[in-house]
Amino acid sequence: MLLVTILGVILIVLGLWCMLTQKNIIKIIIGFSIMDTGIHLLIVSIGYIKDKSAPIMDVVNSSQVIDPVPSALVLTAIVIGLAVTALMLTYAIKLFEIKQSLDINDFKELKW
Amino acid sequence: MVKKLIIIITLVLLAIMLMPLITEVKPFENLSSVSQKYVHAGSEELGSQNLVTSVIVTYRGLDTLGEVAVLFIATAGIGFFLRRKPEEERKKTKASSLVQTGTAFLLPIIFLFGVYIFLHGHLTPGGGFQGGVVIASGILLLMLANVDTKINTNILYWVESVSGAFYIIIGIFGLVLAGGFLDNRILPLGEFGKLLSAGAIPIIYSLIGLKVGAELVGILNNMQRSQ
Amino acid sequence: MVTLFIIVLGIIMIVAAFVAIYQKNLLSAVVASGVISLLASIIYILLAAPDVAMTEAAIGSGLTTIVFLYALNKIRKIKAKK
Repeated sequence: MLLVTILGVILIVLGLWCMLTQKNIIKIIIGFSIMDTGIHLLIVSIGYIKDKSAPIMDVVNSSQVIDPVPSALVLTAIVIGLAVTALMLTYAIKLFEIKQSLDINDFKELKW
Repeated sequence: MVKKLIIIITLVLLAIMLMPLITEVKPFENLSSVSQKYVHAGSEELGSQNLVTSVIVTYRGLDTLGEVAVLFIATAGIGFFLRRKPEEERKKTKASSLVQTGTAFLLPIIFLFGVYIFLHGHLTPGGGFQGGVVIASGILLLMLANVDTKINTNILYWVESVSGAFYIIIGIFGLVLAGGFLDNRILPLGEFGKLLSAGAIPIIYSLIGLKVGAELVGILNNMQRSQ
Repeated sequence: MVTLFIIVLGIIMIVAAFVAIYQKNLLSAVVASGVISLLASIIYILLAAPDVAMTEAAIGSGLTTIVFLYALNKIRKIKAKK
């Protein structure tokens, strides 16, 4: 559906903007989560075919279903998104323990 | 000022790169050729009603193996970083009586619902991932309502390792006895639409569900013990 | 009818995204991100993908918000100890 594709692209751009302009580490992780949701919406909206129904077959040999492959890919991606977000939050806790600050401008030791 | 300009140019370029998806893709009339094979031959070859399940477990089984590996690495990383606080230092506030009574009513129903979802993965929408997440949410409710809950981490580690090992062993059985890695025709296909049908798909999906549920409970347990 | 529904849900999602970006209170930002995932799960049902809708509803608006709240609580406790 075209509207959902446009919504997905808007969410990707908003998520990336949040990651690039915000200074708080937790806000950057929230931006990552928004971008993740946008990408999943984009992929599932490509697989939709007008006036067909969900890919569960009641009777053998009925072929009025949508594409099952994008659904399967996004199912895996959602669970991985949760695991990566939890790992990033653990890193944020550890960084706060060391420097007592959540501002990303304070962590400049690796800059030349 | 220059930094803001560079950021805006980057985002405009990203939007322009994604534009052909909106302007040039016409809505599809019929399926692509790969999906046509999965849809037309899927239910006869594999015997399961849910096409997304048959794609995840059998046709693209290697992707599921990779996903399970990524989940394991993330859980191991979280467990490595968070230190456990000893019992007496943690401040425990009791949950209100509303939460405690509600949990006592709802918890068996949540567990039953989770087990139902992953046993019927090949017949209705659902399957291992969804069932595992529902069971992990049930255990989270138990941890929030009853502050003295100690999750037995030995059982968690054994459930997770044994499910992962059996998943690979069943995959190798598929390689030896039937068409390829993680083929589900090692067990008889049975009657279409019954619970004990679709070969080895219920067994493989139950193992995946148990492993995903155990790993999510491990993440939540590590984060809660370090508070 | 379905188009109108998707337009309304889309506008609420974009407003919630702006709240999540520009709100100074971190708790409100986390809850706004949970609202985005919940509305996305409704859109998945309209796109005829029930498996994805179940998974997104349970993970996106349940477990992700809880993990964020655990992290915020731990940071607050470290700040209070110093």
